[in-house]
Amino acid sequence: MTNIHSSAAEMAAALSKNETTSVELTKLHLDQISKVDGKVHAFLHVDTEGALAQAAEVDAKRASGEQISPLAGVPLALKDVLTQKGIPTTAGSKILEGWRPPYDSTVVSKLKAAGVVILGKTNMDEFAMGSSTENSAYGTTQNPWDLSRIPGGSGGGSAAALASFQAPLAIGSDTGGSIRQPAALTGTVGVKPTYGGVSRYGVIAYSSSLDQIGPCARTVLDTALLHEVIAGHDERDSTSINAPVPQVVAAAKKLDVKGMKIGVIKELNGAGFQAGVIERFNESLDLLVANGAEIVEVSCPNFEYALAAYYLIAPSEASSNLARFDSMRYGLRVGDDGKRGAEEVMSITREAGFGKEVKRRIILGTYALSSGYYDAFYGSAQKVRTLVKQDFDAAFQMADVLVSPVTPTTAFKIGEKSDDPVAMYLSDIATIPVNMAGIGGMSLPCGLAAEDGLPVGFQIMSPVMQDDRMYRVGATLEAALVSKWGKPILANVPDLGGK
Amino acid sequence: MTLDYAAAVEKYEPTLGLEVHVELNTKSKMFCSCATEFGAQPNTQTCPVCLGLPGALPVVNAKAIESTILIGLALNCSIAPYSRFARKNYFYPDMPKNFQTSQYDEPICVNGYLDVEIETDEGQKTFRVDIERVHMEEDTGKSLHVGGSTGRIHGAEYSLLDYNRAGIPLVEIVTRIVPGTGKYAPQVARAYVTELRDILRSLGVSDVKMEQGSLRCDANVSLAPVGSGKLGTRSETKNVNSLRSVERAVSGEIERQANRLENGERIIQETRHFLEESGATRPGRSKEQAEDYRYFPEPDLVPVTPDAKWIEELRTRIPEKPSLRRKRLQAEWNCPDKEMESLVNAELLDVVEETIKLGAEPTRARTWWLGEISRLANEKEVAPTSLVNAVQVAEVISLIVSGELTDKLARQVVEGVIAGEGSPAQVIEKRGLKVVSDDSALMSAIEAAIAAQPDTAERVRGGNIPAAGALIGAVMKATGGAADAAKVRELLLKHLGQG
Amino acid sequence: MAQISRDDVAHLAKLARVEMTPDELDHMATELDQILGAVKRVQEVATSDIAPTSHPLEMTNIFRADLVKPSLTNEEALSGAPAKAEERFKVPQILGEE
Ligand SMILES: [Mg+2]
Ligand SMILES: [Zn+2]
Repeated sequence: MTNIHSSAAEMAAALSKNETTSVELTKLHLDQISKVDGKVHAFLHVDTEGALAQAAEVDAKRASGEQISPLAGVPLALKDVLTQKGIPTTAGSKILEGWRPPYDSTVVSKLKAAGVVILGKTNMDEFAMGSSTENSAYGTTQNPWDLSRIPGGSGGGSAAALASFQAPLAIGSDTGGSIRQPAALTGTVGVKPTYGGVSRYGVIAYSSSLDQIGPCARTVLDTALLHEVIAGHDERDSTSINAPVPQVVAAAKKLDVKGMKIGVIKELNGAGFQAGVIERFNESLDLLVANGAEIVEVSCPNFEYALAAYYLIAPSEASSNLARFDSMRYGLRVGDDGKRGAEEVMSITREAGFGKEVKRRIILGTYALSSGYYDAFYGSAQKVRTLVKQDFDAAFQMADVLVSPVTPTTAFKIGEKSDDPVAMYLSDIATIPVNMAGIGGMSLPCGLAAEDGLPVGFQIMSPVMQDDRMYRVGATLEAALVSKWGKPILANVPDLGGK
Repeated sequence: MTLDYAAAVEKYEPTLGLEVHVELNTKSKMFCSCATEFGAQPNTQTCPVCLGLPGALPVVNAKAIESTILIGLALNCSIAPYSRFARKNYFYPDMPKNFQTSQYDEPICVNGYLDVEIETDEGQKTFRVDIERVHMEEDTGKSLHVGGSTGRIHGAEYSLLDYNRAGIPLVEIVTRIVPGTGKYAPQVARAYVTELRDILRSLGVSDVKMEQGSLRCDANVSLAPVGSGKLGTRSETKNVNSLRSVERAVSGEIERQANRLENGERIIQETRHFLEESGATRPGRSKEQAEDYRYFPEPDLVPVTPDAKWIEELRTRIPEKPSLRRKRLQAEWNCPDKEMESLVNAELLDVVEETIKLGAEPTRARTWWLGEISRLANEKEVAPTSLVNAVQVAEVISLIVSGELTDKLARQVVEGVIAGEGSPAQVIEKRGLKVVSDDSALMSAIEAAIAAQPDTAERVRGGNIPAAGALIGAVMKATGGAADAAKVRELLLKHLGQG
Repeated sequence: MAQISRDDVAHLAKLARVEMTPDELDHMATELDQILGAVKRVQEVATSDIAPTSHPLEMTNIFRADLVKPSLTNEEALSGAPAKAEERFKVPQILGEE
């Protein structure tokens, strides 16, 4: 019998066998949202009517015998960074409060076409700038494992929705780890596909050369199923790759890593990492070896500069991407008293509409791009990017996939790091290099840290457009771990009263 | 003013620099598929991309690239094997993203030149204008300012924005400084813009209508004492919207600067606006500090790398340089300067050439197009070429030459063609417009005329040949213009014993 | 020595069109200085022989055909506008224009 704890694949199977309907499944999840989201605050907007209408449509199609796609009828939570026609879209910012886009992002179009039911929009750090969702203008999301802790960010809403069984599938965006880090901290699975693998059209841009949309779920197979729905070439995105989507579903079903070379990145496996994190990570390596993989150590000496480069590139691009929020065409307008000029109203609106972290990054980016500083900051950061790519190229000469812990620590307390931007930025140390090079990265739960009982994430990285490799390794490791534990990791998450 | 123009250029050496913005006549915009038609209902040729809505992404119009390369080739430029778009960041309400997608240090065409000829005291002289770069960018929206100078109370002023023009492809053509023009700077400026306009028109890449803004010129002028070998501080005059204004703006600016220098005042590097009525310039928006556009490579677009084969294919499409073609045609047609000028101004060169190619005699072809057809077109306020085509005009001319039509009849034929009565042959048929060449028919008309004016006939018999005019006129009238006047004259004089 | 002064921040805030109170300027100057202190280490390895990477993948010549597709309607285009009039976006006066 399917319930909210089932996987998306199980729900899809039940739907195809007519054991349940999409409307029924959607209602179960809407119920769960109303029961637990008061505590978790994963959603910014729940589209009850729209979701039920979409579900009814899928049920009707199925009843008429129409060919429908594998995930048709399964509910999903959408990160509020993607436009959905007529549905409030804020990117976690006050400056977009009340804005209803007149168009669908490509990912939303694909989800709709596949009959995936969109329950609503999930919380995020404002404009995806953050690692905790504490930067959301609409309040922090709580980690279902411990409501006093952050669920990670920027996609904390999507990850928390999965971990609290409010949705079996979710969409995230990953600029420096915003899919993988929340997945790690909530015991869920998140994938950042190869840059250009999923269209960015309709994704409210943070840093265009780093942003990538990806699938989130509770199992590797579910993530793969969603990956194949949203991926593929889009002629409206000039940076979209025009090549067949890697066969990630097939890879996730393979459960075999014999003969594969797994590269452990020396620089991301020691200093600065919580003991319990390293312990779980090493345990997973042993499991991979037991399954026939070979472990090799690789060195990526330039990764230590990646964080610094990221915090120059991303704010620089953001300072330009966020210039359009000026109160002229959409969104918030403050201070228009009929006397002030447009320029002044823009400045007042941006002051009122942007949160602290967003302003900090806009100013930092404006500085890094300004004449006289460009070469020293933005230019140098782009050179580091070249070095990081070279490190990856060399490492992939030695290994089929690379692995590391996803985060240095498990979920920290709400408020613990919010006054120290530099400390907060360190959460992304292991995830950022992946975005710099445009390769694929997955976060997979690999157990609970001994010292705090909180989830630990295992990161798998694969070369450009070889996303299937991380699914293959991830699914194999997941199967080994679950069989060792005797149950999925989320069986340990506290019951928030929503059974 | 203490110095007039002549005195100013005697003391000071002007240096020119010209920046021309050309709107390409592509069907769709530079980065989106919105239409580009002039004069549409406001904000109906807009989409998420050209409105700068959150999430929208640009995709380059291939035709715009092709047109830009054509322009570069026609201006003797090198086509860069690798060029990129860059963001030019500055806030302005008519610019939806608050950055203009333009090109910076990697433009598509570089290092060209254009030779222009002007009339000097020593006869025709050629000046070479070096072209620094030709690059691609996008146009802004249009603002309408309400209130203020039109008499609204203070505080009721606002602006209205229409983004139909936003995102129309623009090509910017930038010259290097043009030294050594001396007192001819205004004429060189005009000749350059004229020649450029003609080239762009011959390439078919733009409507080049200065009055509609599809060709816009900014003139940079600086002065230095004659013989100093120095460069002065330049001003940049915008808003120059006719060829005549280009000339006036440059001479006006030379006078203004010379007088400032005479009075020991500094020239400020600034933007000035040309005032059509007075021919003077006034300061534009003052810049408190140098603009810092924070250019960086546009991350949403990929580089443009035209291959040699494509460039060579485009090179074959470059037509003869318009000024050379004009000279050649003028010589071939043995056409007076004034008439040639009229043909060029009326944009009739192409159709006259075509008419002549179809066998029409050059003088008649020119006369018909510049005369009767232009007159009719003027009445209807349309272009002459929209009324009739070269084939029809060539046919009419051949009928005149063969004696089947008189000029007067021919005018009726043309009228019929314009009225949609069919080809010249069909009009002749329908209206019965045949030259009366039958001698006996003419003779009876001649005899009737003599009978009606016996005194006049007597004078002719007496040797007063010019008196025959009145009789010939009467015959022509009686035959409704369908007679050949020369033939009538011949028969009449013979009949009255003067043949 | 501080990388960035309060005046620098004021200038940047102006360029970026973000109004800031004197307090915020002080705060931001301190924070930016701290961040710049951390990120400037990119300069340690960014030698002149390294080509910059601005885009993760090497792609070139992505174009679309010059075809017109339907635009938004006037209502859709203006649907998010804070103010509108005469089928246009209504904005505060643009200073310095005639
Ligand atoms: Mg320009
Ligand atoms: Zn458009």
